[in-house]
Amino acid sequence: VAWFLARVRSDRTVAVLLVAPSIVAVGIFVYGFIGWTGYVSLSRWSGLLPDYHFVGADNYERLKDRPRFQADIRNTIVFTGLFLLSASVLGFLAAAMLDQKIKAEAFFRGVFLFPMAVSFIVTGIAWSWLFNPSSGVNLLSQKLGYDGPVPAWSTDANILLGFDLGRIEAGIPVALLPVVVAATWQLAGFTMAMYLAGIRGVPEELREAARVDGANEWQVYRRVVLPLLRPITLGVVVILGHISLKIFDLTVAMTGSGPNFTSDMPAFYMFETTFRGNHFAEGAAIAMVLLFLVATLVIPYLYFSLRREPAR
Amino acid sequence: MRPSRVLIYLALTLLAAFFLLPIYVLVLTSVKTFAEADLSRMWDLPNGISTSGLDTAWTALSPNFLNSIYLVIPATVITAAIGSINGYVLAKWRFRGANIVFPLLLFGMFIPYQSILIPLVRFLQQVNLYGSIKGLVIVHIVYGIPIATLIFRNYYAAFPDDLAEAAKVEGASILVIYRRVFLPLSLPGFAVVSIWEFTQVWNDFLFAVTVTPNPSSQPVTVAVQNLSGSQIVEWNVQMAGALIAALPTLLVYIFLGRFFLRGLLAGALK
Repeated sequence: VAWFLARVRSDRTVAVLLVAPSIVAVGIFVYGFIGWTGYVSLSRWSGLLPDYHFVGADNYERLKDRPRFQADIRNTIVFTGLFLLSASVLGFLAAAMLDQKIKAEAFFRGVFLFPMAVSFIVTGIAWSWLFNPSSGVNLLSQKLGYDGPVPAWSTDANILLGFDLGRIEAGIPVALLPVVVAATWQLAGFTMAMYLAGIRGVPEELREAARVDGANEWQVYRRVVLPLLRPITLGVVVILGHISLKIFDLTVAMTGSGPNFTSDMPAFYMFETTFRGNHFAEGAAIAMVLLFLVATLVIPYLYFSLRREPAR
Repeated sequence: MRPSRVLIYLALTLLAAFFLLPIYVLVLTSVKTFAEADLSRMWDLPNGISTSGLDTAWTALSPNFLNSIYLVIPATVITAAIGSINGYVLAKWRFRGANIVFPLLLFGMFIPYQSILIPLVRFLQQVNLYGSIKGLVIVHIVYGIPIATLIFRNYYAAFPDDLAEAAKVEGASILVIYRRVFLPLSLPGFAVVSIWEFTQVWNDFLFAVTVTPNPSSQPVTVAVQNLSGSQIVEWNVQMAGALIAALPTLLVYIFLGRFFLRGLLAGALK
């Protein structure tokens, strides 16, 4: 017995040693670096050489009054809202239709999902060609007989439902709409896969019972399936939401900042401020704001997902 | 067929057309000549198949395409190996503090990387890896650890505990059990992680554009963005370049799609 215990104890030690390098690496590269960035955001480092002189919240104070920062917050909120709505509605509809014993289901699933394998850069290049103001969808709609005014898309500075707020005009920037379409194209397949897995997980007996009670297919979905899909919707909102808050490549490839920062995003603002403008402290402050936004979305989700797991 | 079913097939076909549209336009424009790839003739079919766009794009992108290959292979192999070991330990060898370590590890895959970029660049400069593919490999390995560990942990957690217990009773040590029992059954796990990591690393733009500012050492994703961002707008070359950059991950998806889907759902902690 003593031998067996010693054996187990040494295996435990080996177990810890095996994961230690990863824990140390992530500890330094994630948490250590976040702490470092946080400290930079409180310094006055603005130039190629580091200057860690402590200035408190000055960078954040300055940031919150900058029109570009305010525009970015508007853009992030509008983009995330529209994108979450369109990707989850489209993904859910696709999943619900594929659930109806469709021939060639595998083909449709494959077509809806393949954009996930493509980079945001390639997606952006293809869709900016499609949303070129004098070609693409505008040209197509004219060929189909429409001759009204067409939006200038990524070069359009208009803001729909606009009203003054702070130092900017709040509302829905037209330049953001092509980005919403491209992001939906890229990620609706993910939503479809999540919902399809969820729908397939609803026991057939439950649906059959509802049918016996006289419910039609539509009512079966609304009364039985949809309520059981709430956890899936939560997962979709968190996963797509955090991708959307961090969005960088797609706007770089499609519009950059857009006219009057109408399609600028915090991730791109941080990149330009830091690595093009060398304003490291202010860039770090933008990064910390971005981290805060993502963390408020992800941490509760992580907490509840892991707590739900059976104790091991 | 009932009318409602006709409607469903019609809607699915329309949706499929929406998803295929960008690829159709990408391929169509790639095989046009410079004159045909004109704004006003975007939807017109070309007179014949021209390879001039693809040739020009390939000449411009081939060194970066090679960089991407040098980047993606070591990054994928090493990340998968580390993930497998971590996943095995976390699934089958509970140690004190594992309940705290795991969520902290997972959070690492959700963070906006902007929040670590400044220290990362400073660090890479200090160790003389800034601007090199080697530096980029290390970056992708470190930030790939969380998702690789998660996928492998879930994969091994599905193995019955008796498997490890039986070998333990026979006196096998933790490493022997891994090598003799778990590793031989790990091929599907490695497939899921490798395909996921391959796609992530190949498609990455943020790390690449930050860590490798020198065009000659940039991966293809950055190069293709520079190609389209340049002032001379040759649409056929741009689209051909985008197609070339997308091809490897598209091929992986077409042939190994089911493993890809599993990686995808794992990221949602499902």
